[in-house]
Amino acid sequence: MPKNVSEPSDLVNLETPPVNAVSRKNFLTYAGLSASLILLGTACKKDPHNIPPYDHGHGHGDDGPKEVVNLGSGDIGILNYAYALEQLEAAFYTKVIANPCSGLSTKEMEYLKDIRDHEIGHREFFKNAIGDQRIGGLIPNFSSINFNSRTSVLNAAKAFEDLGVSAYNGAGELIQNTTYLLIAGKIVSVEARHAAAIRDMLEYGSFADSSVIDANGLDAARKPADVLAIAGNFTYTKIIATNLPTS
Amino acid sequence: MKFSNIIEEIEKTDPEVYAKLDTRRSAMKSFLNFSGKLSLAALPVAIGGMFNKAYAGSPTSAITDVLNFALTLEYIESEFYKKAVVSGIIPTAAAMGALTTIKNHEVAHVAFLRSVITSLGDTPVSFTAASFDFTAKGTFPTVFTDYGVMLAVAQTFEDTGVRAYKGQAANVYSSNEVLRAALQIHSVEARHAAHLREMRRRSGLLVPPGVLLQPWITLNQSGIATHAVDASYAGEELTTQAGIEITNLNGFAIAANEASEAFDEPLTKDQVVAIVTPFFA
Repeated sequence: MPKNVSEPSDLVNLETPPVNAVSRKNFLTYAGLSASLILLGTACKKDPHNIPPYDHGHGHGDDGPKEVVNLGSGDIGILNYAYALEQLEAAFYTKVIANPCSGLSTKEMEYLKDIRDHEIGHREFFKNAIGDQRIGGLIPNFSSINFNSRTSVLNAAKAFEDLGVSAYNGAGELIQNTTYLLIAGKIVSVEARHAAAIRDMLEYGSFADSSVIDANGLDAARKPADVLAIAGNFTYTKIIATNLPTS
Repeated sequence: MKFSNIIEEIEKTDPEVYAKLDTRRSAMKSFLNFSGKLSLAALPVAIGGMFNKAYAGSPTSAITDVLNFALTLEYIESEFYKKAVVSGIIPTAAAMGALTTIKNHEVAHVAFLRSVITSLGDTPVSFTAASFDFTAKGTFPTVFTDYGVMLAVAQTFEDTGVRAYKGQAANVYSSNEVLRAALQIHSVEARHAAHLREMRRRSGLLVPPGVLLQPWITLNQSGIATHAVDASYAGEELTTQAGIEITNLNGFAIAANEASEAFDEPLTKDQVVAIVTPFFA
């Protein structure tokens, strides 16, 4: 079905999500016997007339392309980290579907369109969930991908999906707010389904082979720095992650 | 050991067991709600947890409760696939290869979780092939003689497993290491689920007419031509996340189907126990 792949012009409608949740550090203190509520972040209205030409800090709710983004700190930093990865994935699949290469079967196109929609859903979710503190738009660099080649496209998709799974698996422990932890869990299993589907397109039966699953039957988990070192190959935007939590 | 005798045995040695188990009253209540009859077969899952709460009281017991719950699910899966791969009804080398890969992962998960629980100073639960009834008390009488039924049960186990781990994430997040490991298993179960769904789409077996089975879960559709598995998919139809409606979000044409597919939903421990209870002998 036809999809709207253009950026909506009006993104002033910014929403700060409900953020009451159990903090992990307090959880430890209370040993699970009581919940401590914390309030993360405060809503501040976006002023569309006060956006700098280049955003070198973390987010002002300006979604335009940025040369540099700073993910920020705490849970907002981790959410921006996920938002950055989802931006790249969504941009990749949007490009794949806009000009499909030859050799993709009807079923493969069906899957790829669905995956595109899922990734756009993830991206837009984070955009709204983070609200005014979200990073701006990443400038994708897909120059290493031959969009006319089924093999190149699917190998890139595989790399994105396996990377995404490992990123969420490694980020869970960095999240303080259980609402966001659960959301990350809801997304990562879908990324894993994507990874399996893409891998099966490339080589049927490679959905969870030993190149990605270890001897304990565990998927990969990567720290943000390791993920961004790889993801950085697919964006011209410099992603500053130095303020992210490390434990 | 006869699991149905466990409570009786404890009563003999400790008449106050029920008082000590008071903190798990809600868990007991859930058992009493199973279709109006108490399923004693489900008790091993809860017993491990109740024991830790009542007798150990260590800070890690909440986490090892969850790990023993996860281990129980991994035992169900590993014993299922062990039987599946020797059933003699797997039609192709590709299918045998995939089911063997999955079996090996589940067996590895059992060994891994046992080692983690032991390292945390607790005792892992143990099950054998004889612990399980994969016909689910006759619901799937041909589970190891009908390939379509076998794949349908396998898909349901994997999709349920994904939801079960997701539902426990918040219960283990006080330990970075345990949370990470749980997530690393969780995404493997999702890969399994995706491949089994692909196998079922290609075979067409037990796929309801008109349903386009995909590696992800559309709304609350199982893609399996029986209502016996519906509980494993109930709640998956959610399209709102943290108060944000995903359908057509920010003007993007995201249909409700894709909005629901984009996020897998958790199941509570009680919901999972209710689903797997019939699979205990």
